[in-house]
Amino acid sequence: MAQTENTAPSQVINTLVGNAREYLTFKLGNEEYGIDILKVQEIRGYDQVTPIANSPSFLKGVINLRGTIVPIIDMRIKFGVSKAEYDQFTVVIILNIAHRVVGIVVDSVSDVTPLSADQVRPTPELSGAVDTSYIDGLASLSERMLILLDIEKLMTSRDMGLYENSGVLQ
Amino acid sequence: MTPSTSNGPKDLGIDLSQFSEVFFEEANEHLASMEALLLAVGERPPTDEDLNAIFRAAHSIKGGAAMFGFQDVTELTHDLESVLDDVRKHALDLTPEMVEAFLVARDLTAQQLAQHRAGAGGAADAAEAQALRVRMRAFKAAGSAAVPAQPRVAAAPTPAPGSPAPVATAAVASPAPQAPGGGAESSYKRVVGHVIDGQPGATDADVRAVSEYAAGKAAEPPATRRGDYGLFEEALPGAAAPAVRAAPAAPAATGTVTAPAAAGSAAVAVATSAAAPAPAAAGAAKPAAAAAAGESSTIRVGVEKVDQLINMVGELVITQAMLQQRATDLDPVAFRGFVTAMSDLERNTRSLQQAVMSIRMLPMATVFNRFPRMVRDLAARLGKKVELKMVGEGTELDKGLIEKIVDPLTHLVRNSLDHGVETPERRLAAGKPATGVLTLSAYQQGGAIVIEVQDDGAGLNRERILEKARERGLAVSDGMPDQEVWALIFEAGFSTAAVVTDVSGRGVGMDVVKRNIGALNGSVEISSQGGRGTRMTVRLPLTLAIMDGMSIAVGDETYIIPLASIVESLQVNSSTIRQISNAGRVIQVRSEYLPVVSLREAFNIHSKVSEGSDLMMVIVESEGAKLALVVDELLGQNQVVVKSIEANYRKVPGVSAATIMGDGRVAFIVDVPGMIRMTRH
Repeated sequence: MAQTENTAPSQVINTLVGNAREYLTFKLGNEEYGIDILKVQEIRGYDQVTPIANSPSFLKGVINLRGTIVPIIDMRIKFGVSKAEYDQFTVVIILNIAHRVVGIVVDSVSDVTPLSADQVRPTPELSGAVDTSYIDGLASLSERMLILLDIEKLMTSRDMGLYENSGVLQ
Repeated sequence: MTPSTSNGPKDLGIDLSQFSEVFFEEANEHLASMEALLLAVGERPPTDEDLNAIFRAAHSIKGGAAMFGFQDVTELTHDLESVLDDVRKHALDLTPEMVEAFLVARDLTAQQLAQHRAGAGGAADAAEAQALRVRMRAFKAAGSAAVPAQPRVAAAPTPAPGSPAPVATAAVASPAPQAPGGGAESSYKRVVGHVIDGQPGATDADVRAVSEYAAGKAAEPPATRRGDYGLFEEALPGAAAPAVRAAPAAPAATGTVTAPAAAGSAAVAVATSAAAPAPAAAGAAKPAAAAAAGESSTIRVGVEKVDQLINMVGELVITQAMLQQRATDLDPVAFRGFVTAMSDLERNTRSLQQAVMSIRMLPMATVFNRFPRMVRDLAARLGKKVELKMVGEGTELDKGLIEKIVDPLTHLVRNSLDHGVETPERRLAAGKPATGVLTLSAYQQGGAIVIEVQDDGAGLNRERILEKARERGLAVSDGMPDQEVWALIFEAGFSTAAVVTDVSGRGVGMDVVKRNIGALNGSVEISSQGGRGTRMTVRLPLTLAIMDGMSIAVGDETYIIPLASIVESLQVNSSTIRQISNAGRVIQVRSEYLPVVSLREAFNIHSKVSEGSDLMMVIVESEGAKLALVVDELLGQNQVVVKSIEANYRKVPGVSAATIMGDGRVAFIVDVPGMIRMTRH
């Protein structure tokens, strides 16, 4: 039915110990990012996307997600980090943010990781793919470095151009 | 929402708060019908039926309020009802001053109820309420002092077939009706109060007294009985109110009073003596209220339930379309039974969908009915005389749209009254009748609902608008066509009103109106003639969750054109399309020249397949204008479920919404009015 997109996982009470939050980690180009798991609705393959006329190249189009029209953004194109190929391994993360549903295409999804506040370090002035204003911090996990993204801020930004009042959370 | 109780049903250990919402809803309906009736009374002498209806409305509210312990409401409506009772018994003459007071009392009651509903009961304007009650009692006192003279026999209401109405009112002319002995009256009140309103206190003795009294009444020869409610004019108010809702408004009934036998059936039986002069009052009451009082019963359903139902039917249509698609691949001979069943399914689904969509449709009257009062008050405040005409109130509109169109329409009406219609002096000087006419009309046109606000006032002042536009730095030229000049008033902050009133003139209105209507995918246009009047036309798409469309191929992609917008489709040779300097391309179809838009270009679709010289063209129409769309191929007619793009994205130019095809893919629906507008500019 068409209700699932609004019953966000953010309703779930986080019962982890010691201020830990869970992050979904994914790869985009050479870097690994983490986003708040509570904003993730589901993960799917890339399939049957209908292009929107006269839209930016990173906006691939829309899909039918069980009866709801959901726009799909290819982050690889948006941030120019990797070759955007579409095959059976292509993965789309469906997000539920600011009462809207949107899907993002990334290179691959890794896992769900709990991180406590003391594992998160402040962001130095990087010149990485993503503007640092959307980065909440960095986290180290054994050999991995995770860039923690404020995915909601990023997706609702004027720069993404997804929503009419971009930059203003509804 | 716990009602503030002083005494009442809490003592009985019943928690009534779960029913309070229903009471508030019904009270609002009563208040609305009271207002409509009181306003109508201002225009023509009231019929007995009018007076009874007003009385019943007040009485019902009083009863319910008493049950919930809303003392302030009970007290006010009691005094109101008391005066109304004297009026309807013709013991008191109805004066315009009283009508005014009743309207004010009605308003205050509405406020009190709104406060209770919000949980903050009881203290609203206690002083004002007190003052009103004093006035009511004064009216009553003045009346009882006078001899109950000739009651005003209503200008003979159109007699219902076979009704003895004129006879009945003549019979009423005799002085004060026989009241039963005081004992029977109070017994009756108690019995009926218990049955109808759930009030405690009726005893067996009461029941006996009532039966005896009623038996006595039944024994009277029919000739002396009135043509109306029989028993209840004997100052026994209890029966009428809720029981009347059960009574069919059957015009043929004559004035027979059925003797109430036992207490249980008493109230209901009494009321089945239907009033003959019902039709005359029909015009005053809201159609919705009339429907509730009439033969058809209604059920209150939450909007969410209806929406859920509509969504489910939408999904059903999609599934049915998918099945249909699979079915076309089958051998029709080998699978004959299946194919037949599929076409049955399609028929049933279509009927179901139409029926479900119509649930949310409400008549425009629900929007229009607030205007008589508003126009009356506003005209009075502005010192103008205005007659309001309403046409096409039965035109139906989706409930969601109705709620959103009220504010913009209200602004348009206020604008007309404030700036359009002139004062009586100016009108007379201009050779017009002193009373201006404001017409609200609604009708369907193709796939849209058109709502018009028209006045016969002074019209828009072209020079003033141009001057104001120049002042604000807008690019205007003296030679601009009228249509464009009028459109200027939609610019933010624009107002040519010399004086800013609290009604309008602040210039924040028209741009908001345009934006609000635009948000509904509608449009608003103005036409005006100096000295003659102005007309504002609002067009709204009929909200269709399910729509008939023609799927077309544009390059490798599929788009849908709403079937309602299609005039015809034809094949043309590309040589017949002419280029007109900078104005775009046109094609001549029979005697008209139509602008041409290639959807491949509009949607920037590149396809390996080249267009060729034979082009497929679909001619569409909206708001009276036509457009020729070049497409690659006509794929077929489909019923599609309309899905919003804006819910998760934003408005896409050229596209009005999206849909899900039989194969699960998304296809976009071409925004025909939008495209036509784009070609105009």
